[in-house]
Amino acid sequence: MSDKAQTTTVASGKRRQFLVDSARLACGVGLLGVGMGFYAEHAKALPPAALRPPGALPESELAAACIRCGLCVRDCPFDILHLARPEEPMATGTPYFVARQRPCEMCEDIPCVVACPTGALDHSLTDINKAQMGLAVLVDQETCLNYLGMRCDICYRVCPVLDKAITLDPQTNQRTGHHTLFIPVVHSDYCTGCGKCEKACPTEVASIKVFPRYMAKGQLSEHYRLGWVEKEKAGHSLVAPDIEHHFNMPEGMHYELGKGLQQAPPAGGEAGDAVPRAFQEDQL
Amino acid sequence: MSRSLLRPGAEAVQGKGWLAAHKWLLLRRFSQLGILALFLVGPWFGWWIVKGNLAYSYTLSTLPLTDPYVLLQSLLAGQWPEKLAWIGVAIVLLFYLAVGGRSFCAWVCPLNMVTDAAAWLRSRLGIKGGPHVSRSVRYWILGMTFVVGALIGTIAWEMLNPVSMLHRGLIFGMGLAWLVVLSIFLFDLFVMRHGWCGHFCPVGAFYSLLGKGALLRVRLPQRDACNDCMDCFAVCPEQQVIRTALKAVGGAGPVILEANCTNCGRCIDVCSKEVFRFGLGATAAAPVCSGSGVAP
Repeated sequence: MSDKAQTTTVASGKRRQFLVDSARLACGVGLLGVGMGFYAEHAKALPPAALRPPGALPESELAAACIRCGLCVRDCPFDILHLARPEEPMATGTPYFVARQRPCEMCEDIPCVVACPTGALDHSLTDINKAQMGLAVLVDQETCLNYLGMRCDICYRVCPVLDKAITLDPQTNQRTGHHTLFIPVVHSDYCTGCGKCEKACPTEVASIKVFPRYMAKGQLSEHYRLGWVEKEKAGHSLVAPDIEHHFNMPEGMHYELGKGLQQAPPAGGEAGDAVPRAFQEDQL
Repeated sequence: MSRSLLRPGAEAVQGKGWLAAHKWLLLRRFSQLGILALFLVGPWFGWWIVKGNLAYSYTLSTLPLTDPYVLLQSLLAGQWPEKLAWIGVAIVLLFYLAVGGRSFCAWVCPLNMVTDAAAWLRSRLGIKGGPHVSRSVRYWILGMTFVVGALIGTIAWEMLNPVSMLHRGLIFGMGLAWLVVLSIFLFDLFVMRHGWCGHFCPVGAFYSLLGKGALLRVRLPQRDACNDCMDCFAVCPEQQVIRTALKAVGGAGPVILEANCTNCGRCIDVCSKEVFRFGLGATAAAPVCSGSGVAP
């Protein structure tokens, strides 16, 4: 073999070795990358018990913006925040709190947001009442004391957005027939997800819990319209005027709301005709 | 001579005394532990000198410091940080461009103490061998962390990063992060010499990119005095960086210009012939920073 040919062979052997080495590195590192990628992708879902501090970006962006420095943890005067540990099922090092352990106290100056150097906690949040850390959900009607007929009302009373985020809506107690249930109803427009209600709920396991918003909030389809809202907006009903309702009762009977069937109908009453009233006129 | 075969640096200890033969090692541990202590006295005693961790810290509510590697990943994932993070990253970049990026590894990184311990124990136990892995694999991993992070739109490497896991763990609560740290210790001890820091760590790889034009360098004003005892090679965590300057390969000047030199100064400690010293200037001609050493 000539010198030149030998040099060429050596060169091509070296090139070959270089390519093989590169491929080996790329594949090894690629394998690691795929594993890391799946792991990181999984960690984008926040577990239901964990809540993010006020102003936290949506979960999909938080793990990109948060550099895991813990300044929010440090500047929280109530020490409610933790940084996720590697074994916890969320992005390692990102801040969270657990409402049942320590809820957010909703500081007016929102020091955790101010401390954040990256905007993972959005600095445009300046009114803590606009925070959306999560949404309270009355998860268990079977254990909620108010549902059972008592006047517990604790969730309602501890709520920092009093009488707006949670209201007590009266309902007839069907069991006793003559008591009222005061049902705690959460209003998502006002609930900040601070978790005070969940923390204060006296049942062994909280009957009202705060979940991340994506879990707790439903959404109507775009085309849905609420008739009563539209009616109020327009100032009048948008459908044909309601037909006046007629009861077709047995002779001599009369229906009164809340009392049921009554005898001795008021004068000129809705005495039963054989044919339903609706068919007697051109009112369909 | 036989002593130096037994234990690197023994001759230096004999020649200049134990303290002088461990000067930079002690200073380095003082730096690493001191920085860690600054972070810890806050949560431990309520003395809030420094808040945060190595990703971002805020000292005395005036000095922000940001890790450029994690910030770059955040940018690649499509996020734009606030002003303080930018100021912090500018300060850190300027600092490491001056002192050499991988000085972070030797003087700041808490994991370095773990891997140094593994390397020390490995040599004491006489454990040898292990897989051959190119030292450039760290750059592949570095690139991979950028690519995966940008593709998924998250700082993916922070899910695994043992450096931040250890530092954050010590300050904010360790959880099971110690398992990761233990794994790296055992890996470095039994599987590969200087495996993590010297081959895989993308944090070190990133910082090495800042070290190309650094001013602070290990210089070899007396390289002619070298007696080939190999002690510097035995203790150096990045052995490949020494030879070019020491043996004037290709006419190289008496200064270590390799970006992966961590400026740990251990070679200075263990050399009984005083071949090495710290100096300023990225070129071979630049003067030695201080002392009465012979001019290069």
